[in-house]
Amino acid sequence: MSEQNGKLLSVTDLRTYFQTEDGVVKAVDGISFELEKGETLGIVGESGSGKSVANLSIMRLIPEPPGKIVSGDILFDGVDVRGLPLEKVRDMRGKRMAMIFQDPMTSLNPFLKISTQLMEVTQLHLGHNKEQAYKHAIDMLRTVGIPAPEKRIDNYPHEFSGGMRQRVMIAMALSCEPELLIADEPTTALDVTIQAQILELIKDLRNDFGTSVILITHDLGVVAGMTDKIIVMYAGKVFEKAPTRELFKNPANPYTKGLLKSVPDPAHEEGTPLYQIPGLPPDVAHLPPGCPFEERCERAEDICKNEFPPFVQINENHHSLCHFAKEVYAESTGGGE
Amino acid sequence: MSETNGNSMISLEDLKVYYDLGGGGLFDRLTGGSKERRVVKAVDGVTFDIKKGETLGLVGESGCGKSTLGKALLRLTTITGGRAIYKGKDIAHMTKSEMREQRKDLQMIFQDPYASLNPRMTVGNIIGEPIRTFGLANGKSVESMVQDLMETVGLSRRFIKRYPHEFSGGQRQRIGIARALAVDPEFIVADEPISALDVSIQAQIMNLMEDLQKEKHLTYLFISHDLRAIRHVADRVAVMYLGEIVELAEAKDIYEDPLHPYSKALISAVPVPDPEIEAEREHIILTGDVPSPINPPSGCHFHTRCQYAIDACKTTEPELVQIKPNHYSSCIRISPEQPNIEDA
Repeated sequence: MSEQNGKLLSVTDLRTYFQTEDGVVKAVDGISFELEKGETLGIVGESGSGKSVANLSIMRLIPEPPGKIVSGDILFDGVDVRGLPLEKVRDMRGKRMAMIFQDPMTSLNPFLKISTQLMEVTQLHLGHNKEQAYKHAIDMLRTVGIPAPEKRIDNYPHEFSGGMRQRVMIAMALSCEPELLIADEPTTALDVTIQAQILELIKDLRNDFGTSVILITHDLGVVAGMTDKIIVMYAGKVFEKAPTRELFKNPANPYTKGLLKSVPDPAHEEGTPLYQIPGLPPDVAHLPPGCPFEERCERAEDICKNEFPPFVQINENHHSLCHFAKEVYAESTGGGE
Repeated sequence: MSETNGNSMISLEDLKVYYDLGGGGLFDRLTGGSKERRVVKAVDGVTFDIKKGETLGLVGESGCGKSTLGKALLRLTTITGGRAIYKGKDIAHMTKSEMREQRKDLQMIFQDPYASLNPRMTVGNIIGEPIRTFGLANGKSVESMVQDLMETVGLSRRFIKRYPHEFSGGQRQRIGIARALAVDPEFIVADEPISALDVSIQAQIMNLMEDLQKEKHLTYLFISHDLRAIRHVADRVAVMYLGEIVELAEAKDIYEDPLHPYSKALISAVPVPDPEIEAEREHIILTGDVPSPINPPSGCHFHTRCQYAIDACKTTEPELVQIKPNHYSSCIRISPEQPNIEDA
């Protein structure tokens, strides 16, 4: 949309907790980030790190109970999303902010034609009549690269392949030219060649429509080529936040470092044993008082066990949650690699 | 290719697995059903050797037949044609009881550690079952064997009475590996063993499998769609497309010098976890989806998506031929004299 820079989204100290039989699960526990207009943010984390819950919170899609956004601010283009009544949120969803999910089969209604599902969006948000909505739906399918959209529009979801279904989801998400697109593992269920097609499509659409994108993934390869900046999440916390190039080149957190090293990299590979992060991700319902990564961290010291680490500012845009952030950063800049 | 020497663990010769979907009968024609008989050629004439002690990586997209090929090697699916020679005997023609005996040497690790373990059995019984079935031990000694196996795969001996749901995904995959190892096999088909796991856990399982291979002299067929993982674990890699092997070479050569247009596209599609390389890199974006394996395209199956396809590709079925030393590819547009498709 607009070429000039400016904040589209700012999330401050967001906390989303779930009440479970096992106790309170702090799925998202005090995360903050900002997204400029036209920018792409990557959120990286393993399962249970809270990356999906964070974004469901922004969309106000957290089932309540058992979940609850207990504190924090979500400002979308100056509007306080957290304080907004649900019907106002509903007006924004699909129109100004849209989401695509990992599994395109379960996020499309199998009983409805694609046309019905696509038309619903613009009829609701843009006040299109049936004819306009139908035409717009065909245009959108063409935009996302579905061949012969006039014919395919009246098909049912099962008549499309996985990659095509994800295209339909993207067409639906972009129908109202939203300012924010949240893509939650959009290519995880797809083959690599189809993944490449979908990522290319998201890139093109971002350039054409100026959409801001939040890309949630566990694949460091995907975020490397797609994003401007990255936050790395672990156990509901932001462990590191940095511009993409900086994060890959000079990580300042042992967890990020471990993640980067444990990915087999076809571009430069020596055939030595793969680096592995020992142990298992923690149980978020029973976190220790110190750093949640302490048990798995190779440079942990006594302080890590007892004291929660500070969120250290390395430079203007680079932060890391670690007692030894500065040292780790120095190692990765000082020819340590 | 198919010189069956003492070096090979399993030799496949023109192996075929077809699934008949019916159709084309009188009833179908009268009721407006399919006019032609519909056959899924999941594995359509595959010939290669798996060498003793190696890890052969098998890559391809979903629906290319790689899992079916893995299952066929253990006769977990019926082999339609061709031969799979293991120790001089053809797996395709073994009787049921011969095959059962053979499974002591041929084992499998599955993708989904949630679905492949019986939720009502304790870990001790899951790992102990093959030991009892093959009469490798009985009574108390089963338990101590199970505990040794658990230790081998990095699980605490104390967990023997626990149930699968009490374990994480990575730990369950360790249970699956322990179960496969219980009968002391020679050859293991690992079908997407790390796909369902978190990144940090994937590395653990890959390293465990490599350690076990060294220790127990195992041979692996490692099936995966993750080319980065395959590159790491495999000695040689076979690339599969719609039931056929289109390229077979040393892992390093496949990644650094892919010859077949499909392998080139596949490798180019893998995002590199380095923003600076990624910014410079040109991706080959294949158009369209993998065609249906029901009555696949004529000639070279890949011609519908291949930017180098010529008319002859629609009619000629390419053979897997040696283009460079130990580097085989099936494309009529390349040859030992002309190995680069860009120059063709």
